[in-house]
Amino acid sequence: MTMNLAVLIKQVPDSDEVKMDPEKGTMIREGVSSIINPLDLNALEAAVGISKAFGGRVTVLTMGPSQAEEALREAIALGADRAILLSDRAFAGADSWATSLVLAETLRKTGPYDIVLAGEKATDGETGQVGPEVAALMGYNLATYVSFLDAGPRGVSVKCTVEEGTLYQWIPLPCLLTVLNDLNEPSLPTLAGKKKARRAEILKLGLAELGLTRENVGLLGSPTRVVRIETPKITRQTEFFSARDLERGIDRVIDILKEAAVI
Amino acid sequence: MRKEDRNFQGILVFGETRSNKIHSVTYELTGKARNLADVKGCEVSVLLLAESLRDDPSDLFRFGADKVLVVQDPSLSIFNQGIAVNVLKAIIEAENPEILLAPATTIGRTVLPSVAAMLQTGLTADCTGLEIDPDSGLLLQTRPAIGGNVMATIKTPVHRPQMATVRPKTFRIPAPRNRTGTLIYPTLPKETFSSPIQSIHLQRAEGDGGNIQDRDCVVSGGKGLRRPEGFRLIKELAELIDAGVGASRPTVEAKWISYPHQVGLSGKVVAPKIYLAAGISGAVQHLAGMQTAQKIIAINKDPEAPIFRIADVALCGDLYDILPRLIERIRVERCERNG
Repeated sequence: MTMNLAVLIKQVPDSDEVKMDPEKGTMIREGVSSIINPLDLNALEAAVGISKAFGGRVTVLTMGPSQAEEALREAIALGADRAILLSDRAFAGADSWATSLVLAETLRKTGPYDIVLAGEKATDGETGQVGPEVAALMGYNLATYVSFLDAGPRGVSVKCTVEEGTLYQWIPLPCLLTVLNDLNEPSLPTLAGKKKARRAEILKLGLAELGLTRENVGLLGSPTRVVRIETPKITRQTEFFSARDLERGIDRVIDILKEAAVI
Repeated sequence: MRKEDRNFQGILVFGETRSNKIHSVTYELTGKARNLADVKGCEVSVLLLAESLRDDPSDLFRFGADKVLVVQDPSLSIFNQGIAVNVLKAIIEAENPEILLAPATTIGRTVLPSVAAMLQTGLTADCTGLEIDPDSGLLLQTRPAIGGNVMATIKTPVHRPQMATVRPKTFRIPAPRNRTGTLIYPTLPKETFSSPIQSIHLQRAEGDGGNIQDRDCVVSGGKGLRRPEGFRLIKELAELIDAGVGASRPTVEAKWISYPHQVGLSGKVVAPKIYLAAGISGAVQHLAGMQTAQKIIAINKDPEAPIFRIADVALCGDLYDILPRLIERIRVERCERNG
């Protein structure tokens, strides 16, 4: 048998480059480059590995602005066979539910798939909700926090990292797995891969192509609404020590340790 | 589901059990749900799933529950997401809660989004604040957003239930009160307890210095250590004051230290007596994971580091100068005390 695989990826700001504005307390995003969400690279690596073992095709999909095409080309350089960009003004402002609806509809229109993989969460939103929500909308069997997998023709044996230790599960196909970085070491793009990526055609789908209505996607289709955004309040009186004062600062630390009966 | 579809009322807490015992986060969320319910004037129900519960579920009444629903079945001996989703969905459809709270544990973060998608409602992950909007009566859900450097407050205006997950240790367990409630063992159809997914085995982890969430002191290191070996200095100080070892997300991503040490919303939320952060600048997602510590000591060479703004004591300088001096001073104090 061959395996039809899909990987859900997200383009995120390179968090190592993000700096804070000390005055405003907001993020400085200008000049920050975008990368594929790191855990999505583990998902892609696993998908490419499975397709090599069984034969098959790896489709990467992402919802985002037109720049997200770069992330898809990078995924092709890393071994994906087909890339789909879900881009439409109507998709803007989507919460995890409205995002999942678009991703699920795409899987339905371009599948069927045997295994869908995604990073456990993205470094920017960090909700970890889209993977499980897509699985539920598709009726796929779901496994989360996957740190080891062994795919077979009927299902996948997984080890999931949970608070108590390691959970061993059997997940029948079709399934969606969200993965952790212990799963594998993502490869670097090959020269041949980069060449392929440059020439690759990216399939672009929007609202009309997916047959969705405006009311169900983007901000309009999102059950949640942002009420306000604020920078956290400062509640502590900070005693600040530097340079020659440091010895006094260390005295204060010793006092605190004594008060707490630590020493 | 939308608010006009049914008569949605009350708050349901999706409690967590481990090895047939009620996990402490269940008490934290029950207490928080009670506060919210008092504002709304509604009831708090707590759902527990277990093979055969060993703790007394009626204990939850003293922490704010009006009703405790205990679903017991042999299939619940090891967590199975398929079955847990079936059970929670069945209980929601019977109870019609207006608000659903769950712990942001691996279980909650797997089951809640699945159920939210099926019910077509909103879900906010890893909330650090929950309150009731006095005007609309809606649940205001606050969480770090955009890379964790700002706080976003989110509401779910028309979809029901309004759903949120909360990290363990975010809210304190309230003092127990003398109150009582109704204990129910719901009967669910047999097929609720079957799933194509097979949970084969749970291998419990060997203690890796214990859970940092249970320690009185936590000493954490960040990228300011500049190299993985820097954690030796962190561990040396931690051992000296019997502290847990914590770490920032970038150091875990760089594999300088393992994931169980990660402090922050993407790792563990801690609330120790003393939190000492060395070489951590303080992204909000990290701060949200330790800001309820009683005393915060921060060491950083950047005077503008955000962590200094929430620290009680800020030591601005090279951690490779300050930490050895601090370690030496603690040793001297110990010696003087001992003789």
